[in-house]
Amino acid sequence: MSALQLSGIGHAYLGRTVLDHIDLTVGAGEIVALVGPSGCGKSTLVHVAAGIVQPLRGRVSATYVRHGMVFQEPRLMPWATARDNIAYPLRLAGVSRKERRARAEDAAARSSLDVEDLDKFPIELSGGMRQRVAIARALANRPDFVYFDEPFTALDVALKRRMQDLVISAARDERFGALFVTHDLFEAVRIAHRIAVMERRGQGIAGERVIDGVPGAREDRQIFEIVMRYLGEDSLFHHVNDIDERRLP
Amino acid sequence: MTRAAAIVSKRLGRTGRFLWSSWSGLAAIFLFCVIWQIGHEAYGAFILPSPIAAIAAVLQLATQEANWQTALVTSRRALEGFALAALVGISAGIIAGYSAASIRLARPLVTLILGVPPIAWIVLAMIWFGSTDGMVVTTVAIAATPAAFIGAAEGIMTRDRGLDDMARAFGAGPWRRFSTLAVRHVAAYVFPALVLTLGTAFKVAVMAEVLSNSGGIGGGLARARSNLDVSEAMAWVLISVVALIAAEYGFVRPLHSELERWREAARPWGVRR
Repeated sequence: MSALQLSGIGHAYLGRTVLDHIDLTVGAGEIVALVGPSGCGKSTLVHVAAGIVQPLRGRVSATYVRHGMVFQEPRLMPWATARDNIAYPLRLAGVSRKERRARAEDAAARSSLDVEDLDKFPIELSGGMRQRVAIARALANRPDFVYFDEPFTALDVALKRRMQDLVISAARDERFGALFVTHDLFEAVRIAHRIAVMERRGQGIAGERVIDGVPGAREDRQIFEIVMRYLGEDSLFHHVNDIDERRLP
Repeated sequence: MTRAAAIVSKRLGRTGRFLWSSWSGLAAIFLFCVIWQIGHEAYGAFILPSPIAAIAAVLQLATQEANWQTALVTSRRALEGFALAALVGISAGIIAGYSAASIRLARPLVTLILGVPPIAWIVLAMIWFGSTDGMVVTTVAIAATPAAFIGAAEGIMTRDRGLDDMARAFGAGPWRRFSTLAVRHVAAYVFPALVLTLGTAFKVAVMAEVLSNSGGIGGGLARARSNLDVSEAMAWVLISVVALIAAEYGFVRPLHSELERWREAARPWGVRR
């Protein structure tokens, strides 16, 4: 059963087409990594799917109950404490103040945040902690689908790994499906069940590959070999890393 | 420590810091008094009475019930005009901030209104309303609205679109995005504007009263001038400044610092106190 189905999505900014003919399906509880070179329209596509941007063409049909989202930047409200930031989706959903508090603490615990950090303002937290708060916020309302828009690009390697593990275990425990945008193939192979590669100018999905094994169960060596095979032998991935950003319109 | 106790103790701490920070304010006031005293000794008591004499005149005025009424009349007029200016300015500013076309129309208008000196508004309002309460309040409101308007419009225009998208992703409609995100952002711009507006309100109110002889602190100033009583004139000036400070530090600043608590948190320990 599919949780999210994108059919014939097309979008343009100020008359310049950034996306066209995109068809993509994500199953319930499935994590699909969306990869592609910088500037191919990956972000725009998740924004369309998450309902932030209205597409010019095509249809988004979501059968999941509710979604959460993690952005590239934490996007926390600077004036609210970590706790209130995590509880923000609950506030929008009309959950009572007392229950919000309990559920925010619960979500924070699931994202390995310390209770004493919950009363701090985002500006008092480190970059990694802020992104943890953003993940906790995405999970606060118990979503059955989560959008990730290059969430760990700005983090250093060790932190990135820990965050990826967090997402893998959360997805396993809470059984949410996800559309995970990244331009890092290693990240995609670690986290996802399936990889979808975007055409370099956003003209459709160039192809898909189901990754061997289950997220979280793959060993580092295996991940490395898969990525090397993709980059070396699979023509689908040839354009993923070689794009000259100066040529982008 | 329970949660309630922790909140109370944090609040007491903040209030204490706020009061403690007033020492530097007092130092500035005393420095000002020193310069004033030097001026007094250079030019004599008739041109510039000493600070002590002015304060004595204030105390003298304060003994009479009627003078309290006078000061209250001016404060009420200034605050009424201020409230009107804040209401009209902020709501118009928010609307203008959301619509690019109306801000383009409003900018020259604001320049125009700011370009007319308050004294001209006073004359016009005297013609329209006569020497009444309404005349003073209207003048104050007209003179103070543009600052509140610009503050609110800037706030809306500079709001964080990233946060807006975040809220949209979590299902917030336009009203929720406004009430949970934009309002807080606008407050950061509106409060400095309100401080400015409040100052303008008191100054314009006193000015209007002097010119139209409609009572209040301005009326007292006009009487002192016709009696050539310089200490009393100084005393009325002092009283209007005190009224302004009371309104600013008793109302606008505490509200502002409550909303901007997170900025305080950003400061390193050494600067916090």
